[in-house]
Amino acid sequence: MQQRIDKLGVVIALTLAGAAFLPLATYRANRIAGGEGKSIAEALPAWAAVALALVLVAAALVALIRSSTGLRLGTSLAGIAALALAVGFSAIYLTPEGDRYARVAPGSGFWLALFGLAIMAADAMVRLRLGPTARIAGVLLFFGALGLLLVSGVWDGLSILKEYSGRADVFWREAGTHMTLAVGSLAAAVAVGLPLGIAADRVDRLRAPVLNVLNIVQTIPSIALFGILIAPLGWLAANVPGAAAIGIRGIGIAPAFVALFLYSLLPMVANTVVGLRGVAREAVEAARGMGMTNAQRLFKVELPLAAPLILTGIRIVLVQNIGLATIAALIGGGGFGVFVFQGIGQTATDLILLGAVPTVLLAFAAAVVLDAVVELTAKGAP
Amino acid sequence: MKLGAPLLIRIVVFLLLVLFLTRPELFAPLLEPLTQNGAPAIYNQGDLLALTLSHLRTVAVATGAAAVVAVGFAILVTRPIGAEFLPLSRSIVNIGQTFPPVAVLALAVPAVGFGEKPTLIALFLYGLLPIFENTLTGLTRLPPAVVDAANGMGMTETQRLFRVELPLAFPVILEGVRLSTVIALATATIGSTVAAKGLGEVIIAGLLSNNLAFVVQGGVIVGVLAVLLSDAFSALGDAAARRTGRVVRAEAA
Repeated sequence: MQQRIDKLGVVIALTLAGAAFLPLATYRANRIAGGEGKSIAEALPAWAAVALALVLVAAALVALIRSSTGLRLGTSLAGIAALALAVGFSAIYLTPEGDRYARVAPGSGFWLALFGLAIMAADAMVRLRLGPTARIAGVLLFFGALGLLLVSGVWDGLSILKEYSGRADVFWREAGTHMTLAVGSLAAAVAVGLPLGIAADRVDRLRAPVLNVLNIVQTIPSIALFGILIAPLGWLAANVPGAAAIGIRGIGIAPAFVALFLYSLLPMVANTVVGLRGVAREAVEAARGMGMTNAQRLFKVELPLAAPLILTGIRIVLVQNIGLATIAALIGGGGFGVFVFQGIGQTATDLILLGAVPTVLLAFAAAVVLDAVVELTAKGAP
Repeated sequence: MKLGAPLLIRIVVFLLLVLFLTRPELFAPLLEPLTQNGAPAIYNQGDLLALTLSHLRTVAVATGAAAVVAVGFAILVTRPIGAEFLPLSRSIVNIGQTFPPVAVLALAVPAVGFGEKPTLIALFLYGLLPIFENTLTGLTRLPPAVVDAANGMGMTETQRLFRVELPLAFPVILEGVRLSTVIALATATIGSTVAAKGLGEVIIAGLLSNNLAFVVQGGVIVGVLAVLLSDAFSALGDAAARRTGRVVRAEAA
């Protein structure tokens, strides 16, 4: 009889029980008015409220009692799906017919229940020890389901999508800018950081100074670095013929791009150096014994062996850049930060979410996918 | 050991920082070339020293709270009673690190309003991860012989934790606190976009009034604080590592 109760399950069940007593949705008369919490019973028609309550109780029970990992994963995912549908229905149900100003947003109960179920799903996935390909497939499935929900119109009543529908074209333009900033600066950092890392590995006298300077760059707060770059780039634009023509300007995307590039250099260079230093001496000796030239040794032996660590550097940089690119909005550089800072300025929560949620999702997806890729290369390396 | 010269440089940098914070007008000629149209070279909408202290206080409160919670939680999941949580907590830490600080800050505003609170929450949450991860590393990679010896001496679980495991893991934990502090110092500047008192105010004032001198002085103060504090933590960690006879930094290098 002992060990029938799962300890983590107790935490999850308590979380779900707490969530049931908190508002599932918040109703506001307009987008900046104070919110009014609506419990599950108030936010949904009776049949849907009962159905959601039953799903949550079932999930709590499955969590509580020791059960197979597959069942736990299935139940938690079903719970998340039910929760997602329910919050969409509640928005349609709560909004008075024809009222264009009313806003319905997910309430604290929704977030808490989502957190509890996500923990349960994450725990099940960890226990299943999913391989890298399965994890990438999982991310694709997740985004597929999310896209389906968005396209189907179930969530159209939710406040965050009302914010979106008013500025759909701006949203996609800023999304493009955000990705250009994050991925473009990563590409630049790889192009410069990799050779710099190789040089720092080869030349002992270079190593400490290069890493020290890059370390100090990291300590400059991002908003200051973005700001400091305005001056030199403005000067370049004004004084170097052709610079302004290729988009170099004091404010806007150029200083943001350069700042992200500078932040990206340290992880790139440091991981390249650590990766190359970690290559087994025997491998290098063997390559030398086979009569390989320096260049051959580097490209055929050392870099492939260091690849997992270099890829880890790329993962760190990409996730960090996706987050930091939000700051670009402060200096007119665009990106999802535009919505975050506009939302902060207008105290419009939904607008903040419109900027923050895609940023978090992108960073999360980048982390999972690149982690899986790192694992695949590490396995491939002898 | 070449500690002498860098230490001297650090002392000089620290004294310059103190001088700048207490008598900023002495440095005005240095910063004047960065201003335009006779704009003030030194931040004049608040006391730099007071802002610096409030910045440091925010960082200290958030990182201190994060350290207590993270170390406590790491101890829990490495005991038999909390072992079930270990694999999950690892993956939560991994996922948590992907949350951008600005997003955390922005999401905290609707929940608790403007001012100091959202910044404290964001710094706290963001500070948890490095400390938790390092404490976990420190507690799970103890030499098995030492733990066996402690058991053999008849130590209870609690005695072993406080007399053997924590002291041995201390340098690694400190390294986590160092990382969290450096991140928090920089992230706290973003807090000024939601009206927290701190050095971000100086930088944002500079961005808004197009005054590069403000941006530079705000950024440099934070950068210097980060370097000095980071070095201080490293020195403390090295001293602790020497005391326990374990080399921590060699692993990292």
